[in-house]
Amino acid sequence: MSTATRPAPPARPAYDVERLRRDFPILSRRVHGKPLVYLDNAATTHKPSAVLGTVRTFYEHSYANIHRGVHELSVEASEIYEKARERARAFVNAAEAREIVFVRGTTEGINLVAQTYGRANVGRGDEVLITALEHHSNIVPWQILCEEKGARLKIVPIDERGQVRIDELEKLLSEKTRILAVSHVSNALGTANPVGRIVALAHARGVPVIVDGAQAAPRIPVDVRELDCDFYTFSGHKMYAPTGIGVLYAKAKLLEAMPPYQGGGDMISSVTFEKTTYNILPFKFEAGTPNIAGAVGLAAAMDYLGAIGMDAVEAHEDDLLSYATARLSAIEGLTILGTAEHKAAVVSFTLEGVHPHDIGTVLDREGIAVRTGHHCAQPVMDFFKVPATARASFGLYNTREEVDALARGIEKVQEMFRP
Amino acid sequence: MSTDLRDLYQEVILDHSKRPRNFKPMPDANRSAEGYNPLCGDRETVYLKLDGDRVQDVAFQGAGCAISTASASMMTERVKGMTRKEAEELFERFRALITGAKPPVGGGPELEKLEVFSGVREYPVRIKCATLPWHTLKAALNDQGQTVSTELSEGPPAESGGA
Repeated sequence: MSTATRPAPPARPAYDVERLRRDFPILSRRVHGKPLVYLDNAATTHKPSAVLGTVRTFYEHSYANIHRGVHELSVEASEIYEKARERARAFVNAAEAREIVFVRGTTEGINLVAQTYGRANVGRGDEVLITALEHHSNIVPWQILCEEKGARLKIVPIDERGQVRIDELEKLLSEKTRILAVSHVSNALGTANPVGRIVALAHARGVPVIVDGAQAAPRIPVDVRELDCDFYTFSGHKMYAPTGIGVLYAKAKLLEAMPPYQGGGDMISSVTFEKTTYNILPFKFEAGTPNIAGAVGLAAAMDYLGAIGMDAVEAHEDDLLSYATARLSAIEGLTILGTAEHKAAVVSFTLEGVHPHDIGTVLDREGIAVRTGHHCAQPVMDFFKVPATARASFGLYNTREEVDALARGIEKVQEMFRP
Repeated sequence: MSTDLRDLYQEVILDHSKRPRNFKPMPDANRSAEGYNPLCGDRETVYLKLDGDRVQDVAFQGAGCAISTASASMMTERVKGMTRKEAEELFERFRALITGAKPPVGGGPELEKLEVFSGVREYPVRIKCATLPWHTLKAALNDQGQTVSTELSEGPPAESGGA
């Protein structure tokens, strides 16, 4: 044994991105003859073998409908499904599992709140407050509600860095405001909103807050009790779980007072033609056979993320964000949209003289997947006066080498479209 | 650059996208229409001076990707002087070229230089970029007086969802 001084062992195991990449079978495929460089994680993420295997095992060994039968498989499936709910509770640190409602995804979570809490609490002349950063799914459900009720949709503006104007938000919170809807992390720009502070400001005026956590849940630790938000919703497919499953967290006292969303089986405790008594929480909001295997897959993804540690995921993606920001900023003619002080690993950009759609096509032939378009956030595009952007969004399996590949790809784009 | 990309972005196409012809407003146009492609966020306006049934002059304006800009530019060069029927027949032939469909039987003008768009066939999501100016031209010819969207025509649905 050498007596030479050795570096002290790290306090935690180093983030081994190469090992993590091996957990995702799709990352080894090639696209147009090139290794896949998948930088469209804000749209959806790939699935690790652990998630795929858990879903398969569930179907092969324990699958049946839940909450229905006395037979063994139904009992097992119900237990596994409810364990998934408990896993989701722990993931966002909710107080109770009955505060977790399984939904199809963030879009359904927001629609559920608009159509139940919203319809019961928003009336003529009232106001619903959202921000100029929102995804269409956090705009349109509120427009539908406001139109139906004769209420007004008010928009908190953003600044030129793509940050919500907190001073304007304070001014817009009025005695008419019935609910405030805000994203935790912007899908189009990556802005991380100070949700805790926003919730405190809203609560000081007695206004409840719903948080769109679709982009935050896979990227940063989420603690709904620390945020003190009233509703928090996110999608499984953006956090390494299957499509068609998501979570709506809501404070129990709100869920209890809310009318049901959809009617059907499992959401009732008794039905006669004269009167139906609704089931207890959270089943009151889960009509029909839910996406049972999806919930099982979501819990597996939460276990997977939990084993890595959300702090570690966040640190890794922060490193990619800093590196990508520096690397891309150095490219002449490239402009990054969204330069908030607090950002998640999303880089939206435009290239002088080249349309984003052409950027996307050329990068695709290099095996690089980015999103081009308005990212379902047309008001954000309008604010920056661009029809579209190209967007690279990173996940836990991306590497600095992939950022380099992106930068080289962009240089190829420029070479082709040089005036 | 890979060869197949060159099939899409041919020199002629790149040239027209960088230096579009007939790219100007037309204050004395007697017909115009606006086209919209939600996939790219592109909007472009086609202006026409129709003399009876004949395209006396044509111009366009707007912001688009290289494919839609080049398509508009080359379209305006080609349809000048044509009758409405000829322009519409040419569109059908052009559409067949880029979708890989069977070309329409019968007469009508030949594609000539527009053949350079044959590479679009290999990029299904870009078909709408190439047809946007043609849809817009057709709307102007028929005086539809409203925004035409590529989403009301061919191909798989473009971006309206997702994140």
